[in-house]
This record gives sequence, C-alpha cells and structure tokens, in this order.
Amino acid sequence: MTMLSRVANNVYWMARYIERAENTARLINVNTHLLLDLPKRVRLGWEPIVDITSSRDYFHSNYEDNDERSVVRFMVIDTKNHSSILSSLSMARENARTIRDIIPREAWEQVNDLYLKGKNNAQSVMTHRHRYDYLRSIILGAQTITGLLAGTMTHDEGYDFLRMGRNLERADMTTRIIDVRSATLLPEMTEDLTPFENLQWMSVLKSLTAYQMYRREMRLRIRRPDVLKFLLQEKRFPRAFHHTLSEVESCLNDLPHNEKPLQLVNKLQGKLVRAKPQQLRQEKLHDFIDVLQLGLIKIHDCIHETYF
Amino acid sequence: MAIRWGSYKVKNLHDELLRASGRPRPAAQALTSYLRSLKDKDIEEYKAAAESAIHVMGITFTVYSEEEGSIDRAWPFDIIPRIIDKKEWQGIEAGLKQRVQALNLFIDDLYHKQQIVKDKIFPAELLQDSKNFRPQCIGIDPPLGIWAHICGSDLVRDKDGTVYVLEDNLRVPSGVSYMLENRQVMKRVFPDMFEQYNILPVDDYPSQLYDTLAALSPRPGDQPEIVVLTPGVYNSAYFEHAYLAQQMGAELVEGSDLVVDKDDVVYMRTIEGLTRVDVIYRRIDDLFLDPEAFNPDSMLGVPGLMRAWKAGNVALANAPGAGVADDKVVYAFVPEIIKYYLDQDAILPNVPTYKCINKEERQYVIDNIDKMVVKPANESGGYGMLIGPHSSKEEREKFVRLIRRDPRNYVAQPMLILSTAPTLVGNRVEPRHLDLRPFILSGAKTYVTTGGLTRVALRKGSTVVNSSQGGGSKDTWIVDMETT
Repeated sequence: MTMLSRVANNVYWMARYIERAENTARLINVNTHLLLDLPKRVRLGWEPIVDITSSRDYFHSNYEDNDERSVVRFMVIDTKNHSSILSSLSMARENARTIRDIIPREAWEQVNDLYLKGKNNAQSVMTHRHRYDYLRSIILGAQTITGLLAGTMTHDEGYDFLRMGRNLERADMTTRIIDVRSATLLPEMTEDLTPFENLQWMSVLKSLTAYQMYRREMRLRIRRPDVLKFLLQEKRFPRAFHHTLSEVESCLNDLPHNEKPLQLVNKLQGKLVRAKPQQLRQEKLHDFIDVLQLGLIKIHDCIHETYF
Repeated sequence: MAIRWGSYKVKNLHDELLRASGRPRPAAQALTSYLRSLKDKDIEEYKAAAESAIHVMGITFTVYSEEEGSIDRAWPFDIIPRIIDKKEWQGIEAGLKQRVQALNLFIDDLYHKQQIVKDKIFPAELLQDSKNFRPQCIGIDPPLGIWAHICGSDLVRDKDGTVYVLEDNLRVPSGVSYMLENRQVMKRVFPDMFEQYNILPVDDYPSQLYDTLAALSPRPGDQPEIVVLTPGVYNSAYFEHAYLAQQMGAELVEGSDLVVDKDDVVYMRTIEGLTRVDVIYRRIDDLFLDPEAFNPDSMLGVPGLMRAWKAGNVALANAPGAGVADDKVVYAFVPEIIKYYLDQDAILPNVPTYKCINKEERQYVIDNIDKMVVKPANESGGYGMLIGPHSSKEEREKFVRLIRRDPRNYVAQPMLILSTAPTLVGNRVEPRHLDLRPFILSGAKTYVTTGGLTRVALRKGSTVVNSSQGGGSKDTWIVDMETT
C-alpha cells in the first residue's frame, strides 16, 4: 500500500520532535550537574546551551538575564521557543494525532501522555530538587515511545520515515553539542585546567549518553581527540554521527526514488570517513562541523523534496 | 435484584420494550427477564466492561473549545439495547428505499429539466431561494444518475407507535461508525443474549459502502483508488472518517493531499509521487469542497475538484448539490415527491409539517407556537430550534419575529411524544426518549443498514439526542422472532 506524503511527513516530524525533546532534556540535566562540579572561576554558565539550539537572538530579546533560571525556563517550558521541550512535545503530539491510524494505539497514547505530563508538571523543572526527576521522566517517556514503535509497528515505509527523522535529529544534535562545547571549552592543553577540561569532555559524552560506551570502547582516559573520534566516527554507537547516517542510508534503501538522497548520504559519509577529526584544532573543527551540518540540511531538504 | 420492572412506568407514550401494562413486548421478553436476574454487582460489572471496551477501542467524538483546544470524549453508551421485530423492520426498510429512490430522482430532475417545478408540484420560488441548490451542478450526469449515495434518515416513533421520518440527511450524514462499534461493545458485554436471540448482524456496512463507492469509479475494471476526504482532526466526526477508511482499506486524506492536474484528473501526493484517485467519499460540505467553484477561502478543499468531477474523471459521494433535498422545507414535500416520481403512496409517513411560506399555515404556526416545534430549514444538530412547550415567552416572541422576517426558512411540526426505552441511570432503569438513524446506500442496488444508530437523550425528559448536546446511544437489535 502506498503512503501519503503528508502522513510520511508527519511520521518523520513526530520522530524528530520526540528525539529533540529527549536530547534537550539530557543536555540540561548534564549541564546542571557539570556546573556543580566546576570551580566558580571557570564557571561557563548557561549561555552555551542557548547557542546549541541556535536561538540566541530570540533568547536575548525576551530574557534580561542569561542565568540558570532564564535558560532553563527558555529551554524547557517556554512555548514561544519552538525548540523548547514543551514545544517539541506539543508538536510531536499534533503530528501523532493526524496519523493515529498509522501508528499503534499504545504509541499514540504514550505520546499524548508524555505531553500532558510534561505540561502539567512543567513548573517542577524550575527547582533544582525536582529538575532531575522531571527531565528523567521526559527522557524515559521518549525512549518508551521509541521502544513501543520498534516493538509494535510494522517495519514498513512509515517506520523508515520514523527512523530517518530520529536519526537525522540525533546527528544534528551530536554535531551541535560538539561544536558549541568544543568552542567554549578552554584553550587546548592548558596544563593547570586539565582536570576540568576532562570534566567538560565527560559532560559532552554524557549529554549524548556516550560516557559509558566510550569507556568500554576506547579504554582510555577522556581526551579530546578520542572523544571526537568516538562521537563522529564510531560505527556502532547509536548516537555517533557515522551510525546515524548509516541508519538513514538503510531506510532510504527501502524507499522508492531514493537515488538522489542516497547520493547525498554517501557523499557525506565519505567526507566523514576521510576526515581526521582528532587532529583538527578548534577553527578547523568548527569548519568541519559546518560541513557536516550543511550535509544534514541538504539531506533533509532532499528527503522533503522527494517524498513530502 | 437491582432492576425492578414494577417501578418502570409507561404513561401516555410508546415504550420500545414495555407495554403500558408494564409487561414486556414479545421481542423484549427474554431481555427483560435476563436483566431482572442481574445483581447490582453484575450491572456494575457490565457497565464497567462496556466503558472499558469503549475506552480501549478508542470510540470518541471530538468537541472543540477555545480554551482547551480539541478534546476527544468517550462515546456515551447505554448497555440496554433497543429491540425491533424483524417483521416491523422490513416495512421500515421498504419505506426508506422508496423514499431515497424518489429523492434521488428529485435531485436529478432539479439539475436537469426541473419537470416537477414545471408541473407545479414543487414551488419555483422555493427552488430559487434554496441555500443548498448549486447552480454549478446543472446539467451534470453523475454515474447511475444517483446524487445521494449515502443517506441517513432520522426516524421517531410517536405515542401511538407510528414510525415517522423526521428528516433526511443527504449531505454528509454521520453516526454509522457508532452503530458498528456499539455492536462490538455489546458482543463483549452480553454474549449470552446473542445466543438466545437471533439478532441480525450489522457488520456488512463497510463492505456495502465499499461496493457502492467502487461502482462509481470512472475506470471500471481496474482496482479503484478510493479515498475518504476529511476536514481533519478537529472535525467532530474525525473518528468516524478514520474508522471508515480503515474498515474499507481506503486512504484517509485531507484536501492538501489531493491535487487536480491540468488533465482534470485528481491525484494524491504519495511518497512514490502522484497517484490517481477514482472515487472520493467526501466528508466535507459542498461549499468547502473546491475553492475555485465555491468558497474561495476554503483551506479544506481541493482547487479544481469540481472540474475533475464535471469531466467525469472522479466520482464524488455524495455528489455536490445533493443537499438540495436535505432541507426541512423540501422535507414537507416528500410525500408529493414520492407520488410524482414513483406514482406510489409513501410507505413511511412524514411528520405533519406546516410550511411557513404558505400564508394560512404560517398564521396557524404563529397562533399555536406554544405547541409547535419550529425548525430553520438548513440547520442540523438540533441548533436554532424552538421547542414550543418547553420555551419561554421571549423565545417564542423571538421565533415569531424570525418567521415573519424569513418565512421560507421555517417549518413547524406538532410536538411529537417520542418513544422511550429503559435506560440505566445508576443501577436503576428509567425511561429515556430516543430516535433511530438508519443509513441507506444507493448505487447499482439499494442497501439499508440492519437497524441503525439509536440515539438516546440521556437527560430526564429531554428529547435532544445529539451527542454534542447530552445525547448517548444504544445498540439496536433487529431480531427475527420466527427463528428465535
């Protein structure tokens, strides 16, 4: 049975928004913890979080301070911020609502439930004491949806669009985190700050739930070059850029008219594999991340044009 | 012993299950004694089972409010069924077929020669003022000459037991999904009763609907591509649109999914590109169907759809313009319409209807407005009505003014005493008023649903059965007593 473009589009975006909510929740959680560990004099604050979602302009025109309270409110519950957690959940729900006949009933109920819970308990994220529980419930809720869909939805074209949405969003977030975090990270190799640099790279890994897997895989202490290599080029870690692109590629293989988008994916994958991110100094790393981001945008646009 | 039939009084009206004497009607005997045998605990259990079935099956209707956005509400359902003997039903079925056949001939005539107007059976001025007559449809020949493929007629029973047709819905009648789902719920709740009675099945409807629609395909021979066109998730009947699409294996589409190309053919946008659409079961009102032909601001419709339809490249069900016969003033003429086209007397009677356009009848309505039900010609869902006996003086005066200002737009009927059926209120049974909406499919052959959707006014004394205004529903059992 053929699939309506609108339906494919809604499935794709539902997955993206759920993934976005999950990633944002993790980002804030990790930053909260990181800041508690850093000494006051090197405290980096919350602004980088706003930069990660590229919403600096909107943030500054609507908030006077860039303190913790403002940034958390902005990133979690401000519905005028289109990439806040609540906005993402609300958009995920609106997308899910129109495809209720495509996704299994439990999945729709879970999306609905996650939105309602996120909305009703929103204020609790503003207190340190409840923030962790709140964000954790968002992360778990999002993962429940992913699991439910994997276990109960036919793995047909609809499921391909779902996986593509999820993986492109993941790839996007991974590059954003690396970009912003490495820029605000302190000058490379400055001896006296090493323990803290170490902490920060650890927080980058944790933002992507990659800490434990990194340790297992690399069996090394946390070092910038290895972290970059792992997050960008590891084939088997689900949030590494290489893996997310391979997922998109395998989805496209099942779909009609896939020549153009596949070509773009392969091209980007080639650039990734040939690069040596661990050797890139800050400026060059930033340029390379730009290349990856641009590649993602091109893939998204091409999928949009081909299918929606 | 929770249900005591002794305290259930039937006074001055017809009850569907019990006689005035308090004894059950023959077809209801087994049911009433079964219900009597139930303990409070059982009734609680059955009610809970029905509610959970409704929840699990996700039977909802949508109410839209400014503050809360759109909300899905569970469908209010009463577990005591309404029973009709098959013998009586066969008469009603024949009456409905006759009625819809005549209405289709009437619509086709209005868009062609207008012979019925020339013969002075139907007044020309009524046609001129009709809000649902679509000049864009003049001269068009839809397949088989049929305009209203799906009709939902509302039936009521008065105190002497006579069944009347209250109105015909020829635009986008809804409710059939609830009829189907009610039966599913009842099978889960009362499996015993289905063994005791010979209850005729209702589940054939989606296949019949599919056949009716498929027969309209402009490309006979090929597997037709059938779609259900919905205004979207915020529509109160969205559940039904999704349900019917799923049951028929048709695609559920919104206006933006369809496109009419230069070849005047309708396509849907799919991930494989454009795919041709043959038949559209549209659940959008005429005026929103095609911004090129009707309301230019419509975001719901498909630009060029009328062009494609006129060119015969796509079938629309119901056909645009079918609503011209779905009008409370036209309703008053249905007995004459049946006589004119079929040379038969109407099998099912109309409720006596006073046409305010006619001077004497208007005066009679105004003089007796406290006993009348006054209805505007083109409203549905029970809106804009005056129920004389339950109205205030101001309301009556307002309606007299409205009638004088626009007499063509109003008809009035004497207040019927709608029949009741026992309905659970807490753990007791009380009488509640109800109606019945059967659905009639017209195509190569005519099909009437087995029974239909019984709607019940859940508020005591109320006769308003619309789900948007406190109505609920019951399963409707057509039982074959000869084989039960």
